[in-house]
Amino acid sequence: MSGPRVGVVTFPGSLDDRDALRAIGSMGGQGVALWHAERDLRDVDAIILPGGFSYGDYLRCGAIARFAPIMEEIVRFADAGGPVVGICNGFQILCEAGLLPGALIRNRSLRFICRVVDVRVETSLSPLTDGLVAGEVLQIPVKHGEGQFVAGAEDLARVEGDGLVVFRYCAPDGTVDDAHNVNGAANAIAGVRNDSGNVVGLMPHPEHAVDPDVGPTGGQPLLASLLSRALARV
Amino acid sequence: MTEPLHRALGLTDDEYDRIVETLGREPNRNELAMYGVMWSEHCSYKSSKVYLRTLPTEGSRVLVGPGQDAGVVDVGDGLAVAFKMESHSHPSAIEPYQGAATGIGGIVRDIISMGARPIALMDPLYFGPLTQERNRWLLEGVVAGIGGYGNCIGVPTVGGEVRFAEPHSLNPTINVMCVGIAPADRLVTSSRRVHENSIMVLFGASTGRDGIGGVSVLASRTLEEGSEESRPSVQIGDPFAGKLLIEASLELAERDLLEGLQDLGGAGFTCATSESAARARMGAELNLDVVPLREPNLEVFEILTSESQERMLAIVEPSKVDEVLAVCAKWGLATAVLGRMVAGDGLRITMGGQVVAEVPARSLADEGPVYERAVAEPEGLAALHEDDPTFATVTADPREAFLAVLGSPNVASMRSVWEQYDYLVQGGTVLGPGGDAALVRIEGTMKTIALSTDAKGRFGSLDPYLGAAHAVAEAARNVAMTGATPLAITNCLNFGNPERPEVMWQFAESIRGMGDACRALDTPVTGGNVSFYNESGHSAIWPTPTIGMLGLLEDHRLAVRTAFPPARSVYLLGETSPELGGSEFAETVLGKVSGRPPALDLDRERALHRLVAEAAREDLLSSAHDCGDGGLAVALAESAIAGGTGFAFSLPGDVPWYVTLFSESASRAVVSITPENAAAFEALAAEHGVPCTRIGETGGPRMVFDTLFEVGVAEATAVHEGTIPKLLAG
Repeated sequence: MSGPRVGVVTFPGSLDDRDALRAIGSMGGQGVALWHAERDLRDVDAIILPGGFSYGDYLRCGAIARFAPIMEEIVRFADAGGPVVGICNGFQILCEAGLLPGALIRNRSLRFICRVVDVRVETSLSPLTDGLVAGEVLQIPVKHGEGQFVAGAEDLARVEGDGLVVFRYCAPDGTVDDAHNVNGAANAIAGVRNDSGNVVGLMPHPEHAVDPDVGPTGGQPLLASLLSRALARV
Repeated sequence: MTEPLHRALGLTDDEYDRIVETLGREPNRNELAMYGVMWSEHCSYKSSKVYLRTLPTEGSRVLVGPGQDAGVVDVGDGLAVAFKMESHSHPSAIEPYQGAATGIGGIVRDIISMGARPIALMDPLYFGPLTQERNRWLLEGVVAGIGGYGNCIGVPTVGGEVRFAEPHSLNPTINVMCVGIAPADRLVTSSRRVHENSIMVLFGASTGRDGIGGVSVLASRTLEEGSEESRPSVQIGDPFAGKLLIEASLELAERDLLEGLQDLGGAGFTCATSESAARARMGAELNLDVVPLREPNLEVFEILTSESQERMLAIVEPSKVDEVLAVCAKWGLATAVLGRMVAGDGLRITMGGQVVAEVPARSLADEGPVYERAVAEPEGLAALHEDDPTFATVTADPREAFLAVLGSPNVASMRSVWEQYDYLVQGGTVLGPGGDAALVRIEGTMKTIALSTDAKGRFGSLDPYLGAAHAVAEAARNVAMTGATPLAITNCLNFGNPERPEVMWQFAESIRGMGDACRALDTPVTGGNVSFYNESGHSAIWPTPTIGMLGLLEDHRLAVRTAFPPARSVYLLGETSPELGGSEFAETVLGKVSGRPPALDLDRERALHRLVAEAAREDLLSSAHDCGDGGLAVALAESAIAGGTGFAFSLPGDVPWYVTLFSESASRAVVSITPENAAAFEALAAEHGVPCTRIGETGGPRMVFDTLFEVGVAEATAVHEGTIPKLLAG
């Protein structure tokens, strides 16, 4: 196998880890399974924290996983500029670990929602959106009970002011409005990045949007971007 | 005077005498508790066994038939599909969230017990009308529970159905089917050799006081006033532990460390150990001191009958025990080496150095009582048949009737329900909820399994033979509409109190109908579940044999969908007769559940399935959708809504509009075809002997029903999608 090595961490309760590995493989990368209890990053060039319900999400989503041994290594990897992507539960873990601003709370409807939604790319400055144009609209599914992005007023102003918003929920034509804000997120935010632009978290599942036989393909350009970022580090 | 203990445990005096005869002595209270749960209706099938034996269970593709944790079907290339359906109706009626959640956990464990990875869940649910607040509470709780457990273990919920009828108000019917996949040579079936001195290892959650007597107190009695007091008999689910249990169990199977694997579900420890021993034609010696307990001072009988969730029992060769314990430790699961298999038939259980129970394993697992209960046709059926809505005077406006049927809760879109389920995880969902059947691709192959769950309660209430036969036919038709070939069924047989001859008659007729249909369609019965006592007072649920159909599509790229594309010719396959008995139109527009259900010609049915499968293989079909509840009008409308395109439909002149639109004649489908493929398709239909009538074409923003009326696709969509959210809002 060739292609950049992308690590996918399995925590107890991770669910979309196999899907992420498969998606990376189908896009020409090497998916590398990483185990929460180990500290070995197996020489990967990028890391995905996948969706699921790590530790059952019994305390608070992502609150326990952030203490897993491998997370210390991931923080170090991120601090050194390594590309890190958190999807759904992985996004929650990155927020809990302080690598990303904000937090994710229960959906406005108080219900789990599984639905293909439209998301608008807000910046090309993230490991998932290299080479994409702000304003581009992608179809990607969401599936979560706790995906409503929130942040304190100051934090939210900073997130917006510093251009840290990477994705917003929108209408098919790119209009951001309340009707298409699937979970009631602040400013319809679907994904954010860190200041240095190497860590990104999002609620939509790009790994479930690469195979035209089972759904939309809005995840393809995002994972292609991640692979090129990873390749740049090889 | 206090009730004798055996009666409190649900055993009759005769059954008690039989236990004394088996043991040659009076049973102690632990032993009595064990017989109480194992000889319960739920575990022993004592009322249903004589009928279940008449069902066709063999076929060239059947690898494992009834009697094990799940049925297994060969899908070729060394791959096996395990599937099974169960009910969790009684617990859900009392505590809907946990009742439904633990139903998922239980059926998933049945699949992993076969060494198969769960890849899909389906949830057929039957409630009372949503105009009643309690029914809304039940639906919301059940759906949240299914999502709460299913979403958290990473198994997609890809379909099911939701139906409403007053008889299900007090007794909702909550069924769930799980489907799993395994290499055929890695299945953990009872044909595996279990050796003397093999070790029984308990792994998973600790044992607590929840679910004591679930099978006997809850599942094998009717629910009466004050049934909330039975809440302690409802188990509590822990999906996180369930997910770890899946991964650990599959790793044990993949590493070939198992002689046997069984879940602890209904009747808990007693059932798992006695069935494991009985299947191996052996006995077992077990020590309860090692069982991890949630709280101190559990009584012996509580440990023996607790239905605490997320526990499994592995039978392991002694040299492999350490490896098994290491796998469980990796997944953070507690383990206990319980005991070993021994020669003979005795199940000998000790605690604190004392023998606390000693009984023949087979007497618990296999030799329970079998009853041939009295049957009697219910009074009043003849009068219902007389009142045939086909001949009623219809004064309704056609457009209003159409919108009423399209928006009736039994026809309306269940989007607001299934959007609460993760139907995408695992990445194989080719067709999710909302179509005729769900399609799930088998990872690493082109092969795709097709799944449908169906019951025809309204038909069954009028004629249980036809109700069950129609359920099989419709489930097979739904699978066939995707281009797949129906292979086999599992079932969940939901009925009232079997001690009432009327209920037993419904059951007997249903089994006869199911057997005939399964034989004719070559879809053998690989197992299932019987749920009796779904009644309160003398108000039983409608006879509801739910069918879970498994089909196979060799290449997912051939999948046919429901949605109309524009600019296609529309054909009706099959023939429409004036058959409004038991129809959606009769109930919604005429307010009648009466008459006889439509006739069913199983040869015609099978010809239709073969035609669609062959047309799909030859890529002739732009869409296909079966005519079910609501007849041709609803089939056309649903295809139009799914495709976002309208149609123009010409009605035949010599038939009343309501017959053409709403008759529920069986073995029919609506397909759309490009003009270039029309001749080839018509020839193929003739070859298969399937009547094929061109009835219109697709396109435009409106559904045009000849000169009768028109409805915009947008308006129809709003009606179809809006009903359930509106009702749930109260």
